[in-house]
Amino acid sequence: MTVFDYAPAPESRSVVDIRGSYGLFVDGEFTGGHGEPFKTINPADESVLAEVACADEADVDRAVRAARTAYDKVWGPMPGAERAKYLYRIARIVQERSRELAVLESIDNGKPIRESRDVDVPLVAAWFFYYAGWADKLRHAGFGPDPRPVGVAGQVIPWNFPLLMLAWKIAPALACGNTVVLKPAETTPLTALLFADICRQAELPPGVVNIVTGAGETGRALVAHPGVDKVAFTGSTDVGRQIARTLAGTGKKLTLELGGKAANIVYQDAALDQAVEGIVNGIFFNQGHVCCAGSRLLVQESVAGEVLERLKARMATLRVGDPLDKNTDVGAINSAAQLARIRELSDAGEAEGAERWSPPCELPSQGFWFAPTLFTGVAQSHRIAREEIFGPVLSVLTFRTPDEAVTKANNTPYGLSAGIWTEKGSQILWTAQRLRAGVVWANTFNKFDPASPFGGYKESGFGREGGRHGLEAYLNA
Amino acid sequence: MSTETLNSAAELRAFLHGLPGVDQVGAEERAGRLASRSIKASAKAEAIDLAISMVDLTTLEGADTAGKVRALCAKAAHPDPSDASVPKVAAVCVYPDMVEVAVRALAGSGIGVASVATAFPSGRAPMEAKLADTRAAVAAGAAEIDMVIDRGAFLSGDYGKVFEEIVAVKEACGPAHLKVILETGELATFDNVRRASWLAMRAGADFIKTSTGKVSPAATLPVTLVMLEAVRDYRAATGRQVGVKPAGGIRTTKDAIKYLVLVNETAGPDWLTPEWFRLGASSVLNDLLMQRRKLATGVYSGPDYFTLD
Repeated sequence: MTVFDYAPAPESRSVVDIRGSYGLFVDGEFTGGHGEPFKTINPADESVLAEVACADEADVDRAVRAARTAYDKVWGPMPGAERAKYLYRIARIVQERSRELAVLESIDNGKPIRESRDVDVPLVAAWFFYYAGWADKLRHAGFGPDPRPVGVAGQVIPWNFPLLMLAWKIAPALACGNTVVLKPAETTPLTALLFADICRQAELPPGVVNIVTGAGETGRALVAHPGVDKVAFTGSTDVGRQIARTLAGTGKKLTLELGGKAANIVYQDAALDQAVEGIVNGIFFNQGHVCCAGSRLLVQESVAGEVLERLKARMATLRVGDPLDKNTDVGAINSAAQLARIRELSDAGEAEGAERWSPPCELPSQGFWFAPTLFTGVAQSHRIAREEIFGPVLSVLTFRTPDEAVTKANNTPYGLSAGIWTEKGSQILWTAQRLRAGVVWANTFNKFDPASPFGGYKESGFGREGGRHGLEAYLNA
Repeated sequence: MSTETLNSAAELRAFLHGLPGVDQVGAEERAGRLASRSIKASAKAEAIDLAISMVDLTTLEGADTAGKVRALCAKAAHPDPSDASVPKVAAVCVYPDMVEVAVRALAGSGIGVASVATAFPSGRAPMEAKLADTRAAVAAGAAEIDMVIDRGAFLSGDYGKVFEEIVAVKEACGPAHLKVILETGELATFDNVRRASWLAMRAGADFIKTSTGKVSPAATLPVTLVMLEAVRDYRAATGRQVGVKPAGGIRTTKDAIKYLVLVNETAGPDWLTPEWFRLGASSVLNDLLMQRRKLATGVYSGPDYFTLD
């Protein structure tokens, strides 16, 4: 019997030119930073990719001043239709340089090229196109007859979708007439710096977009800077709390998009093959480094056995390995620290009595890797059902009635997203109305569209990104 | 090869409607993702040979002649006369009246003759005629019978009639293998495709096949995905393995490889042999040969370097 295997199909790294060292992007120029430079590594093999400048308080101050000047003199007064042209130009350059962006994103982040190429980068372009369309129509957005930009936006983004989160932050801010200072995560700064180059290529006026690299200190300096009028943060709930504390009483606008522990509810009448696919997509997409990941599977007891059997068979076909191989489904964990956290929580799951299962799969010896993992026999009181793991770990719980499903789904400190799987339309509506989550997907999961607002309830944050709603955070209505 | 007895039409209907539904958007998305697999180098070489060995080389034209069928048989045995390492195809598929010609032409080659009996392609003939058609083809030496189901009966919900027809044809086949053509383009929904697949398997089909090739759309990746899920689930439920044959519209090596990826990741490698998976396509053969030579020599040959039939 022939067994048809796939030979490696690596994407070429030669489309990207990674420099030895990178500076900050301030006022349209790359400059050094006064903090201690840090190294960014490839999580798939732990090799050092580049040394990146670190912005201290003075550097952040310089960036905020540059943004303020650009806001006052150029970007704020510019007619919306003119701003739109720059955004369209950026979107087109992103499309033209998509291969370069995708490869660099996969090298720096560890995510499979298939996802950076087919999901991240196309969405980045879509976000700029979408908000370019709003730039000259703000008075029709429902925020008053003459909404004004806020001023300078300080934005801090996470490492799981470095480019996409950059687009979510920068596109609406610029469309509304704000200027920005953005801090990418310290483990994934490279695509933001490539984006800086795209801004130059688009001849964006200096100071409209500034990028300061660094770790927590840099972020704190940016958030606390008195010249910043609005703060947007995506990341962990802990850091979100600190930011809220810092900003309390300052009058600055704030949006937070934090963690999640989404319930993916599978009713007994669901299209099971597609539901299994959706469960896989919900938790193993981007190695589970997704704040809206469907990390709690709630499956109706009458089909639990069948769903689990299908799910295990499907998980056994996931290909884990080199992120640059075009056939890889699950790539590398972003950092040693994150890997340690995933291991700690998974071990806690076993210690608490849940049953752990992974398909047989060989992990590379170098780099940060974690096999796709499934926990059955999970109870609401287990840590793995409560805490965000942010890795390829799925907790399976069961329910008997729709009421029980909704109660369990809502019984979490988070409320970012949820999924419903059923062939019955009325059941979708009934359930969605009762779920306390910002996004509810029905018979699909992890779908992002620039026209659709995204954001959370409870400890998942406040404010909305995307869509018409996403404009509100960047306008004084 | 256990043909189940049909307890009642109501039981059959309840069973078929009790199968989990198919979400069209999700099925198309999954097929699309699998189609983006990048198959290169040694895997591609292996896939091409495998695909050649799975081809049912077919001629189903009103204008078919003995000469045309003999030419096709020669091609089936030696797809590339200049390269003996090319595998032969799985079978030659012809109308019933041409079976005898094909059997004679293929004698000793190990290649089977398949015949589309049962009033192909519409299936609109009295049952007696369909059975006579089948018996004649088998008597002339056909090792495989491709039958069409009564889509009218299926769409009007008369599953019992479809079931009994398949059972009767299966019996008329004797030792010949039965491939049941669902004509998925006329079934319209994926729910229907899944139901028809289970209906055919329960009635004793050895293979389920997408299309006659005379109706558009013919084989598509999502439809084949749904059928592969059905054979996988059927084997898990009953222990009996059933083959799958997409037919019509598969023209390029790229297409053929996409189907193999689909088989590999849906039903599993157990189905990756000519015994359990066939490609009902003729024009794809020359493209496979062309790509094969390209892999071996590094350069493309023009179409005139490969025989027409």
